[in-house]
Amino acid sequence: MVSNLTMTERRLAVVILIVLSLVGLTMSVAGRADLMGTQGFIVLAFSVGLAFVVMSDFYSPTPDPKRLERYFDDPTKAGIVLSMIWAVIGMFVGVWVAALLAWPDLTFDAAWASFGRLRPVHTSGVIFGFGGNALIATSFHVLQRTSQGGLPDQLSPWFVLIGYNLFCVVAASGYLIGVTQSKEYAEPEWYADIWLVIVWVVYFLIYIRTLARRKEPHIYVANWYYMAFILVVAVLHIVNNLAVPVSFGHAKSYSLFSGVQDAMTQWWYGHNAVAFFLTAGFLGMMYYYLPKRAGRPIYSYRLSIISFWGITFMYMWAGSHHLHYTALPQWVQTLGMTFSLVLLVPSWASAGNALATLNGAWHKVRDDATLRFMMVAAVFYGLATFEGSFMAIRAVNSLSHYTDWTVGHVHAGALGWVAMITFGSIYALVPWMWKREAMYSPKLVEVHFWLALSGTIIYVFTMWNSGIIQGLMWRTYNESGTLAYSFIDSVSAMHPYYIARTFGGLLFLLGAAVGLYNVLMTIRASRMELAQAEGDADIPLVATARAVQPGE
Amino acid sequence: MMPLDHGTIVAFAKSWGLFYLIAMSVGVMVYALWPSNRTRFDRAKTSILDKDDKPWS
Ligand code: HEM
Ligand code: HEM
Repeated sequence: MVSNLTMTERRLAVVILIVLSLVGLTMSVAGRADLMGTQGFIVLAFSVGLAFVVMSDFYSPTPDPKRLERYFDDPTKAGIVLSMIWAVIGMFVGVWVAALLAWPDLTFDAAWASFGRLRPVHTSGVIFGFGGNALIATSFHVLQRTSQGGLPDQLSPWFVLIGYNLFCVVAASGYLIGVTQSKEYAEPEWYADIWLVIVWVVYFLIYIRTLARRKEPHIYVANWYYMAFILVVAVLHIVNNLAVPVSFGHAKSYSLFSGVQDAMTQWWYGHNAVAFFLTAGFLGMMYYYLPKRAGRPIYSYRLSIISFWGITFMYMWAGSHHLHYTALPQWVQTLGMTFSLVLLVPSWASAGNALATLNGAWHKVRDDATLRFMMVAAVFYGLATFEGSFMAIRAVNSLSHYTDWTVGHVHAGALGWVAMITFGSIYALVPWMWKREAMYSPKLVEVHFWLALSGTIIYVFTMWNSGIIQGLMWRTYNESGTLAYSFIDSVSAMHPYYIARTFGGLLFLLGAAVGLYNVLMTIRASRMELAQAEGDADIPLVATARAVQPGE
Repeated sequence: MMPLDHGTIVAFAKSWGLFYLIAMSVGVMVYALWPSNRTRFDRAKTSILDKDDKPWS
């Protein structure tokens, strides 16, 4: 992959890696008395390791200028594989965390394996590792195809992909040693946050530069969603992470906000992370790969525009539904609740648009597991948004808040929508990227589909059940007016559900592992076919006419 | 002069916030439903299908 870079790009890559390793070195020296020192060593090892990769190919022949007549897909290919690897890691930790809730001894008395440290490894691993890499990989693909133009240069997409993965590695390893900012989904500390801003700005610039050079006059709607994802995540990330470090040699920092302002900023961030990380970007995926795979244009383009602006503007105001019955002013809670209810309209417009696109192609959905992944994703998107709007009603939230119902809602969205649309898109994209007719094994795609669907259903149903039981136990009073159940009663009532959830999660994890295997085997098969084709060309047509004599 | 305090900001958000959202939604509806935009949208939605896998073509 390095061999596709020009000499200047290779030199620049080495310079960037040297600067980065110096940053790592500085962090490990300045932070030697702190956890930051360890994080510095990780940055150092990461950049030196990569520098070796670049150097080993540094003097390979310069690439054929003809390559610029084709799309630049190397970072997309790498992103797909990284995404699937993160899926397996993040979901493995998810199953572990689920098992911890059923069998708390599974920490093996190690500090790094405690629930509080593994849980963010799970959430960051799946959201940022799996979801983020899939978003970056598909966005580069969709952007080039819909603007009918190549990426502006070859180095910056690599910088974004690899820089982003460095962020993920620093984040996950930090949690294990005890680094956290204690803001959910924004746990990484200030140095990692600054790094992500740099990566993200480059990402946005790639988008703008490619669009500026596009040949296609209209910007296809999928790009609007991807751009909203990039732009809004940048704003959210910067504002929510405004903090002052204890010193430049310390990992710990203190937020600029405090009290209820801090809570509101965090959940404005948290909810819009759901909206723009877990929804907008994946809707971009859906609006491109679903019509492509089905071979039918999107049912209503107008509706897709209206729902885009609906989602973009309404989500911004909904964050306060995470803070019902808190010190937040009542009118702010009501505002969040109202916007959450209205939000159902554009959400269902998107889900309905996707399903209406498939209307008339149901035979394809039946025969093609890849398209079925996307169809199920649209159904779960409809379901999770309906549930969310319902849970945002203050009275309903008084039952659901703090319970597993929230966790059930999260995973209806995360497994049913985010993961399903990603798997569907990856299965559509991999054969295109590696120039094959189909995946290595369509049977295994089918196996993955059923594992994923049964895993999701088990997970979501057990959490609905346990959540509602929990909520009801916490508000059941006896004749004397005191609580009928102690808290620990509700904990033991959850035990069977936690075992069932772990099992459902295991099925989902197995599906992801099957998917990773299938992707890797497809790549291998494509390489072998390529080698074969080159080998064939090397055999003279009249090979059997004369036996080769030794010494000739 | 009104002092710039919590109350002022709330009043601003509750009035102008409403108007700008209404204006926004009207604007979006007009753009999306404007009859002459139809051809452009129809082209956009079919243009992603059947494309050569090469840029600038
Ligand atoms: C193998 C599949 C999975 C399993 C077994 C699993 C398990 C878990 C568990 C046990 C928790 C902690 C719940 C608690 O604290 O009570 C959790 C939280 C979470 N998971 Fe997963 N998970 C899986 C897949 C995913 C995926 C694919 C995503 C996202 C794309 C995801 C996103 C989240 C989020 C956002 C939370 C935090 C929820 C909250 O704070 O309310 N999970 N997961
Ligand atoms: C119309 C759309 C949606 C609305 C109105 C909505 C509303 C809600 C509400 C009311 C909560 C519970 C807050 C609480 O009691 O603490 C919640 C939690 C959550 N939702 Fe949604 N939801 C929507 C769609 C989605 C989708 C599509 C996803 C995911 C992929 C998702 C992911 C989450 C997550 C991760 C949380 C947990 C946050 C946490 O406490 O850590 N939501 N949502």
